[in-house]
Amino acid sequence: MSVELTGAEITIRCLQEEGVECIFGYPGGAVLFIYDELFKQDKVRHILVRHEQAAVHAADGYARSSNKVGVALVTSGPGVTNAVTGIATAYMDSIPLVIISGQVPTNAIGLDAFQEVDTVGITRPCVKHNFLVSDISELAVTMKKAFYIASTGRPGPVLVDIPKDVTQQKAVFDYPDKLSMRSYNPVVKGNAKQIKKAVDLILGAKRPVVYTGGGVILSDAAKLLTDLTKMLNYPCTNTLMGLGGFPATDKQFIGMLGMHGTYEANMAMQYCDVLIAVGARFDDRVIGNPKHFSNENRKIIHIDIDPSSISKRVKVDIPIVGNVPDVLKELIRLLKDTEGEPDQNALREWWNQIDLWRARDCLKYDRASSIIKPQMVVEKLYEVTKGDAFITSDVGQHQMWAAQFYKFDKPRRWINSGGLGTMGFGMPAAMGVQLANPRAKVACVTGEASIQMCIQELSTCKQYKLPLKIVNLNNRYMGMVRQWQEFFHGNRYSESYMDALPDFIKLAESYGHVGMKIEQPEDIEGALKEAFKLKDRLVFLDFMTDQTENVFPMVPGGKGLSEMILV
Amino acid sequence: MRHIISLLMENEAGALSRVAGLFSARGYNIESLSVAPTEDPTLSRMTLVTTGSDEVIEQVTKQLNKLIEVVKVIDLIDGNHIERELMLVKIKAIGADRDEIKRLVDIFRGSIIDVTDRSYTIELTGTSSKLDAFLENIESSAVLETVRTGASGIGRGDWVLRV
Ligand SMILES: Cc1cc2nc3c(=O)[nH]c(=O)nc-3n(C[C@H](O)[C@H](O)[C@H](O)COP(=O)(O)OP(=O)(O)OC[C@H]3O[C@@H](n4cnc5c(N)ncnc54)[C@H](O)[C@@H]3O)c2cc1C
Ligand SMILES: Cc1ncc(C[n+]2csc(CCOP(=O)(O)OP(=O)(O)O)c2C)c(N)n1
Ligand SMILES: [Mg+2]
Repeated sequence: MSVELTGAEITIRCLQEEGVECIFGYPGGAVLFIYDELFKQDKVRHILVRHEQAAVHAADGYARSSNKVGVALVTSGPGVTNAVTGIATAYMDSIPLVIISGQVPTNAIGLDAFQEVDTVGITRPCVKHNFLVSDISELAVTMKKAFYIASTGRPGPVLVDIPKDVTQQKAVFDYPDKLSMRSYNPVVKGNAKQIKKAVDLILGAKRPVVYTGGGVILSDAAKLLTDLTKMLNYPCTNTLMGLGGFPATDKQFIGMLGMHGTYEANMAMQYCDVLIAVGARFDDRVIGNPKHFSNENRKIIHIDIDPSSISKRVKVDIPIVGNVPDVLKELIRLLKDTEGEPDQNALREWWNQIDLWRARDCLKYDRASSIIKPQMVVEKLYEVTKGDAFITSDVGQHQMWAAQFYKFDKPRRWINSGGLGTMGFGMPAAMGVQLANPRAKVACVTGEASIQMCIQELSTCKQYKLPLKIVNLNNRYMGMVRQWQEFFHGNRYSESYMDALPDFIKLAESYGHVGMKIEQPEDIEGALKEAFKLKDRLVFLDFMTDQTENVFPMVPGGKGLSEMILV
Repeated sequence: MRHIISLLMENEAGALSRVAGLFSARGYNIESLSVAPTEDPTLSRMTLVTTGSDEVIEQVTKQLNKLIEVVKVIDLIDGNHIERELMLVKIKAIGADRDEIKRLVDIFRGSIIDVTDRSYTIELTGTSSKLDAFLENIESSAVLETVRTGASGIGRGDWVLRV
């Protein structure tokens, strides 16, 4: 007879079977048996964070930068509620995570037991799927399903809630190698007829735009997307989530589009005649007012693995449901086989138009300023790291400047919370990135408000010697809030001033890190260089930036894409 | 427009709350919802009556399909179908009204399934609009209690929804 293992052992064995090397968590009563098993083995490394929100963000950063499933482990009750922000963040950006949560024993469920919450109920709206394991015999197969569901189709977080008694019970461990679920079969290949139609439309375009998003990054399709776009010589724009999907230094790249996108990208998006949308979901921050967007006539091809992303906010002409790489491969093959080629005269004219828009130089700022301009810090960061760092960010103006001024040539290098816009994401996510890429340069571009939302993680960074570079664009304001108040609320800066800031240098030092305060534009580069020379130290760079600087261009809420406020 | 969405899903704890949660989270209407296991006890069949524009209904079906436990979704309005709802209704019935109500029940092919000297309890099946029509013919103050199951539906002829 085969040996029986406890639920806790099985949980860890499942992680090992999945090849999980690193998990992020925080112990508590309901998960003590699981922690006991963690202690007894050395294949799965556990990173002890200082708050469960950070555990999930770190697992998230780990997943985004490595294309592995990120794993977090939290206890019942407050462990779970603390994790919810992280779970919702991953859900909105379609990040593959497995979250294991402890639960009170099965016989105590529903009795308002100590540290009991309805975890499955609380997390239901912000997970791809969740499970309550009420029987030890289902534990292994449930874990298998969790990893499978998280990482296939449109990825997302999956939560497995395990009652304490289940972690103590015993069962034979049998990890299935394969799963078949009659209710879950994500489409992979696109419909051949639809792809054929797309080819005709693509070749007939006079003013084409390739618009790509997070789906290209998530499916590791940057290379194919780049090949296709280069083959056609069409302009390419990326969403905030799609940066790095096409090399930003390439001349065919017209910048990010949307609320804070470039003038040329937004104009091209508005006035194109054929739009090729790849793994992007026509978000409200991307197309502005959908009515205004539909005023112009254009044909839209939309490739997405999730049918519900298609024709949700904008009606499309050729929907292609499928996995980006599979569809792109087929598209490229057909394009190569076809006699026809794009109308070169029309394309030349279109590029001339785009160059005129480009000449507007929409990202210009005062480079001669005697006060540090935040844009310059990001530009210098790009230069000093030779464009080869992983950049995480928090939420606000600094996030937009990082997206606009750091030129991402590779996928998975830009890691931010786009869909939920979670302040506090940046540093814990950077921890996950650093653990997944131990030798890489990792910087977190943040603001003095955001960084305080998970500042406790400086301690985790100390414990695991994570040499992050924290680039704090300190404008003493919730700058993004202040900007909206300036533009739309008559300069009434209600509660957006960041008073009583800590001395970030001393704070960093108190955790055993290095702190630097930079107040002059001429010191930016030197400070960054020095920081990156300290290869094995976390350096907190506190840049005193211009408090009045705003993010441009800006499409105000409810306005159309071509109705940007320009500098 | 009114739609009758019919779906098969895994008969698992919590599956129903995922569907209900989806409708409330995304602001879709639910006029009625009925659910019970099928001949295969691992599957439940659910009928949802909802209203919405074509775009909204398209999203409703896509979002339902996206739920991991949902196996198949159809909109019965897309083809020929049969719709039935069961209603139990208790009506005040005194004196001359008793005959009047009995006639009405006959016209609607219902049956009186419980009687007291002051009331009838009536069982009636039909489309939801037939049940509405019946109630419209009874003075509202006479209606003591109504219990409706919500519509169930099935395709006509060879049109079947199965795994
Ligand atoms: C302060 C702030 C400002 C912002 N300003 C902007 C802005 O100016 N511009 C901007 O673009 N965004 C902006 N955003 C982000 C915005 O809110 C959205 O998060 C973002 O635009 C969505 O990006 P996306 O369309 O690429 O979709 P994602 O959320 O990345 O979704 C990916 C899509 O790809 C699909 N997909 C996933 N995997 C595959 C696969 N294998 N095959 C096929 N398809 C797949 C998914 O189904 C989904 O539809 C801002 C956010 C914040 C917080
Ligand atoms: C958890 C959370 N709370 C509130 C907000 C709303 N919000 C968006 S940006 C912002 C200000 C961020 O300030 P800071 O981190 O200093 O960045 P800055 O805009 O100044 O660069 C706020 C409060 C949010 N995105 N997340
Ligand atoms: Mg700030």
